[in-house]
Amino acid sequence: MEFLAYFGDVFVPVNFGLLLLGTIGGLILGATPGLSPTMAVALLIPFTFRLEPAQGLILLGAAYTSTVAGGAVSAILLKIPGAPANIATTLDGHTMARKGQGARALHLSFLSSAVGGVFGVLLLIFLTPVLAQWALAFGPSHLFWLAILGVTVIGSLDSSSVVKGLLSGCIGLWLATIGFDDIMGAQRFIFHPSVSGGINVIPALIGLFAIPQVITMFAKGRQRLDAEVLSVERHPVGQAVREMGRRTRALSIGTLTGSVIGLIPGVGGQIAGLVAYDQSKKLSPEREKFGTGHSEGIIAAESANNAMVGPSLVPLLTLSIPGSPTAAVLLGGLLIHGIFPGSDLFDNHPQVAWTFINSMLIGQILMCLFGLYVAGLAARVAQVPNAVMAAVVLGLAVFGSYSVQNSMGDVYVMMTLGTGMYFLERFGFSAAPLVLGLILGPIAEANFIQGSMIATATSSVGLYFFTGALNLLLIGLVLVSVGYSAWMEIMSRRYTTKDDAIEKEEALS
Amino acid sequence: MTDLPRSQHIVASGLVAAVGLAVVTISYTQEPTAAFLFPRIISTVFVVLALWTFGKAALGRTKVGNGLDRRAMISILPGLAVALIYVFWAAKALGFYTASTLAFFVLLSLYDPAPHGVGKTWVRRIVITAGFLAVMYGLFAMLLKVFTPREIFF
Repeated sequence: MEFLAYFGDVFVPVNFGLLLLGTIGGLILGATPGLSPTMAVALLIPFTFRLEPAQGLILLGAAYTSTVAGGAVSAILLKIPGAPANIATTLDGHTMARKGQGARALHLSFLSSAVGGVFGVLLLIFLTPVLAQWALAFGPSHLFWLAILGVTVIGSLDSSSVVKGLLSGCIGLWLATIGFDDIMGAQRFIFHPSVSGGINVIPALIGLFAIPQVITMFAKGRQRLDAEVLSVERHPVGQAVREMGRRTRALSIGTLTGSVIGLIPGVGGQIAGLVAYDQSKKLSPEREKFGTGHSEGIIAAESANNAMVGPSLVPLLTLSIPGSPTAAVLLGGLLIHGIFPGSDLFDNHPQVAWTFINSMLIGQILMCLFGLYVAGLAARVAQVPNAVMAAVVLGLAVFGSYSVQNSMGDVYVMMTLGTGMYFLERFGFSAAPLVLGLILGPIAEANFIQGSMIATATSSVGLYFFTGALNLLLIGLVLVSVGYSAWMEIMSRRYTTKDDAIEKEEALS
Repeated sequence: MTDLPRSQHIVASGLVAAVGLAVVTISYTQEPTAAFLFPRIISTVFVVLALWTFGKAALGRTKVGNGLDRRAMISILPGLAVALIYVFWAAKALGFYTASTLAFFVLLSLYDPAPHGVGKTWVRRIVITAGFLAVMYGLFAMLLKVFTPREIFF
């Protein structure tokens, strides 16, 4: 119950103010189609430099939580999911809003998000310290395999092609080796002065997540957003609370599904929402009502996509393996403050770790309270034309990248990586494994070198890295993650691109 | 898959394979060996996967990625050109705030669906651009105190 000792820190005025700012800002950003939670968090990182580590993480954590929930606003009122995690919410949420019950849909959405979110954060609170202590037993060879596991899991699960996902991961690992080698001081792959100090993770994250979105908005041309914003009429919150009480089956399915999926690195909120919706429909006696504005559909989808937020941080905070692209961005936010996840975080920076985690718990409740009031405003913001959004995001990306080290080189790296990523995405490559490779590359290499030195002094490199129960378990997991995804790809002839998947889901509605 | 995406796939995967070959060549020829030990492992896997992808594209067996159609390319081109000029030249040559304001206004004018022939549209665009400049200056110059390259006009 160590977390209780730091509960009061959340309510320190500056911390609470940042929590409010992140929550309200995140709700509005989340409602804006095209602004994904990952991109929102990446663009916020430069604003955390001058903050204390705990304060910076509070802001980023609040934005992460509330952008996922805020995406439901545009899903319900505009039929445009604010984020992929809200795709399932459009199925019943928008239909309910079309019947003149937009406020009821929003109330149910935020209430179920809060219940799922609180459960997910409680899992984070109770699982993380146990796993962090377990991680103490990890030696260099295990940490090397863990880093490789992080890349292969996201590479194979988050991508529509296993080979292209793994290739993206390899590109990220290679990018991480650019610059001066830590041990010998040798120059590696320095083909331009901008990368002489290596590739800074923050501009790279901003570029990889923001610039492809900007170019995607350009690709839409001079398109007018013709989506009709449905009005939000008054609806008693108490009635929504009572309705939630009657829909405990959907709430439980959503919360449990989201929590379990959140623990699996690379799977993400989009899958959580859709699986929970599907399971809830299968197990419901009123399954024929799904898709016609049924409350169970909203409750299952929204409780699931917020329940996955907390558990997706468990592998990050214990083993440095981000469970989702947004968690990878949060890892970047930790590293810029010189904080490494794992036992170091809980032993040496407990105030940072617990204040951050506790703030996510309070953030879920604030998100629910403010969500109900900000929804109408957020829906209006969601109508901001693409042209304005693209130009604003580009400006923020340039200023944000520059402000990391006051270096134009970082801006060039951000733009080059982002533009390249847009075109790679059009050919089935994925940003998430590339980012994971870039972040985990230095961890993998440092432990590989350290392990090689130990192996040379004691046994052979082969024996050191390929024997021992834990090494074999991790190697097995690497092979299973790749093998399972390859098998799934062959068996189901998976969808062509992520865009196609989204289109398929929209067509379902 | 139509011919256009197939040829695009060949070009895209060919470029990735070329980068992979360059990386593997550098990794295996540069000294000191110890500094390139990890890059050698990575680049070997990189080049194998890249050649696999290229081979599949060349045989027309690529199943993922729709490539870029002509309409999307035409829509992207002006915006991307403005963004690249802004980042790689204007930001340093004109100063961050001047370049950002110009880039914002040009992008807004290029992609705003409002009719160009109406005076009110231009007033609205100028007001939005001024608002953007004020917010960026407030955030980065006043709040974060970021020192940016010298502005050309002030």
